[in-house]
Amino acid sequence: MNAPLTPSVGQPVSRVDGPLKVTGHARYAAEFDIPDMLHAALVLSTVPNGTIAAIDDEAARRAPGVHAVITHENAPRLPYRRMSQRPQVDAQSGDQLQVFQGPKIHFNGQPVAVVVAETLEQATHAASLVNVAYEEDEAFTRFELDRGQRPSSGNEKAGRPAETQMGDADAAFAAAPVKVDATYIQPREHHNAIEPHATIALWDGDFLTLYDKTQWVDNDRKEIAHVFGIHEDAIRVVSPFVGGAFGSALRTWPHVTVAALAAKVVRRPVRVELTRRELYTSVGFRPHTEQRVALGAERDGTLTAIIQEAWTQISDYEEYAEVTLDPARNTYACPNVRTRYRLVEMNTNSPCPMRGPGVATGLLAHETAMDELAVALGMDPIALRLKNYAEKDQHKDLPWSSKELRECYRIGAERFGWAGRNPEPRSMRADGQLVGYGMATAAYPAHRSKASAEATLFSNGTALIRTAASDMGPGTYTSMTQVAADALGLPLEAVRFELGDTDMPFAPVHGGSITLASVGTAVEAACRALLDDLSHVIGADLSGPFAGLSADDLEWRDGGAVRRGGGEMVPFEKLLRELKLDKIVGHGTSAPGQESKTYSSCAFGAVFAEVRVDPDLGTVRVHRVIGAYDIGRVVNPKTAHSQCIGGMVGAIGMALLEQAEWDERFGRVMNSNLAEYLVPVCADIRELDAFFVESEDRIFNPLGVKGVAELGICGVAPAIGNAVYHATGRRIRDFPILPDKLL
Amino acid sequence: MLEIDEGQVRQSEAAYPQHAASIALTINGESCQLQVDARTTLLDALRDRLHLTGTKKGCGLGQCGACTVLVDGRRVVSCLTLAVMNQGKSITTIEGIGDGELHPLQKAFVEHDGFQCGYCTPGQIMSAIGLIQEGRTRSDDEIRENMSGNLCRCGAYTNIVKAIKDALVQGVDAPEAMRQAVEAIRQDAEKGE
Repeated sequence: MNAPLTPSVGQPVSRVDGPLKVTGHARYAAEFDIPDMLHAALVLSTVPNGTIAAIDDEAARRAPGVHAVITHENAPRLPYRRMSQRPQVDAQSGDQLQVFQGPKIHFNGQPVAVVVAETLEQATHAASLVNVAYEEDEAFTRFELDRGQRPSSGNEKAGRPAETQMGDADAAFAAAPVKVDATYIQPREHHNAIEPHATIALWDGDFLTLYDKTQWVDNDRKEIAHVFGIHEDAIRVVSPFVGGAFGSALRTWPHVTVAALAAKVVRRPVRVELTRRELYTSVGFRPHTEQRVALGAERDGTLTAIIQEAWTQISDYEEYAEVTLDPARNTYACPNVRTRYRLVEMNTNSPCPMRGPGVATGLLAHETAMDELAVALGMDPIALRLKNYAEKDQHKDLPWSSKELRECYRIGAERFGWAGRNPEPRSMRADGQLVGYGMATAAYPAHRSKASAEATLFSNGTALIRTAASDMGPGTYTSMTQVAADALGLPLEAVRFELGDTDMPFAPVHGGSITLASVGTAVEAACRALLDDLSHVIGADLSGPFAGLSADDLEWRDGGAVRRGGGEMVPFEKLLRELKLDKIVGHGTSAPGQESKTYSSCAFGAVFAEVRVDPDLGTVRVHRVIGAYDIGRVVNPKTAHSQCIGGMVGAIGMALLEQAEWDERFGRVMNSNLAEYLVPVCADIRELDAFFVESEDRIFNPLGVKGVAELGICGVAPAIGNAVYHATGRRIRDFPILPDKLL
Repeated sequence: MLEIDEGQVRQSEAAYPQHAASIALTINGESCQLQVDARTTLLDALRDRLHLTGTKKGCGLGQCGACTVLVDGRRVVSCLTLAVMNQGKSITTIEGIGDGELHPLQKAFVEHDGFQCGYCTPGQIMSAIGLIQEGRTRSDDEIRENMSGNLCRCGAYTNIVKAIKDALVQGVDAPEAMRQAVEAIRQDAEKGE
């Protein structure tokens, strides 16, 4: 009756939440149907620096349907308690923006008032009636390198050092027979997930429920508890679906506080749903970064010097810094490496992590410079990279827990047809277009954090797994269901997985590609704990089929228990029924161990791009991108493939389209909408493919996985830029590569 | 703890908006009478008044396509049309396709992983239905070009194109144009082999 089950891990399973998503029944933050809910509209500052001199909100208050206009003049004072330990998603020094607590303006687009009304139309109209007068101060709205400052000690400790030096890079560079030295610019980029950030706040007495778009419900709760000075137990955060985030929903932004504050004031549930334009100043962005890369090498390609220096923008109220220079320190073997990191304070809202934070930016410059070095050496770009292959993490001086990057280069080159490349620029043509082949290395560190999960097996033979994790799109629902099904020996259909609620066992942030390694191992541990418990119970049941047996004597498969070495399978339904149990519950936690100190873990890839450039118009089309990746064990090849090609699409934006157009006069993003901030559309995308090399990292974690999401955007933009150079002979170092730069 | 100034809390002057209008629509085959603020977009009426939240709000500016619905069979971004402008019209949303089971396009999107976060997905599917009805599916390039009003920030475009082609081959209820499109795809596939 029960056919043997094939393990689900490793199978290209379709998303278990797919039917909910394609029918429109997956419920995102703004979509919870809350009775008596009111709507909010923000009023944003129109100057980049100064103080509010006066607010005239009389007309807004009198407008139909308006319940309240909240400004710094009438808002309740909020304690904004400091957290004893800053979560890693927050800026590591400075103070978060406090809403409606004072007249100070830090940036253009800062919330200065919120109008709460019966309907969205009434709130929006009334918000337009609020008049705010400012006393302006001189603003820093230009990105000026000479104003760069060292990161504070908090960021130094968090792995964003002002300077690092190994060997003597400047002397080695001066003495190098072959060298390149150039400056690269990556502009401010915005996440622009299609779901806008939204929060519904609902107070029931002193208990607050938040329906929020967040990548970390547990921290969302903690942050709001500190802002309001209330206990975490008095808050519940619910976030079952996140409509894309890419880092923008890691931390708790001011609008979450606005929603909770407004709901408190009007004593009704309130929804704050940011508009597309508001998203450009109300949540973070990938910061504008300028980098100098100087590489020195022997004539055979051996790297003798790496110097990389980065300047990046921060706000004037807190210091968000990135690991931009990690790639310079650990991508290749080189005895002399120097890095320098500087932060340029500006009147802007704070930046924040965006997919592949720091690393994608650092690699963009580093991998372009490597291509320039290959050209200077007259060497194949892959051969140059193999010549300087890093056999260990030389910055941490630790061995890799796994590294199959050589195989990535080999398989990627083979699938792409790299051998057909004529290395001479402008030498290849097709259909009247210049053809370019380019490649780059991708790498993103693999981390994991402490996580927990609860597994429940019911007497009907189904299981429920719960943990306060998140799924912004990678497929957490599906991969966790697969891990649990295999651990319990159940078919996929018998397992339900739930996430996104602070009522569930704690989970770490859904970011940095850590979810599968962290939460997946906790889910597996919870299932094991459940089965251990069950084996004790059935072993102690002297009248049962497994009397006297221990966990070691049992196997769990095909929906029940089997005596190891053979025997009849007894289904879970029967076992629990005969024990008169409705259910059995297991709790599991997992955390990194000593291996995190004795090994360096990283996911790798080799990315190959073909571009077609119109010789007359300078337009670049990405004809195809092929990546070969070492992501450890692949739990779900279908969703992992989607993550990789999704990263490629993001990176095509990074290479060719995306940039915030910044008005230095007013400190504003001028193209704060999806028609003028260009992101790739369907017509921009042709062939994309990803291959996974044989890999399994059991040192890093028991599941053997390494994480995918960030890796997918790394290395792609430089591969495209390198292909553009190959097609045209023009090296563009100021991204994105717009047509005018090629004319 | 918080101290609330009672003066801030004002009752609304009217339970209903000043600019109210009464409209009649057919939504997913069912007739529907609605009092709306004249400024209410079709999108907000669907989501906030009728709780049909399958139609998504992505930008409110007609730039992302997440709110795509069919109005009298044509694909329309519902954030750029006011509810009152649709008096007497027939609206089809994601909740109104498929007959108790998944529509072939919905099945194909799941099978080909034509999404990640799922937020743009209802708009993509509604747009794809419109596209097929328009018969603009004669080549990959034509599908790509005519699906370019629907942004997918997760980057599922290649899988979306595969899903649309697969649904075409599976057969979607559509006019002659669609049958011609299917024939063209079949011929392409044969040439490819």
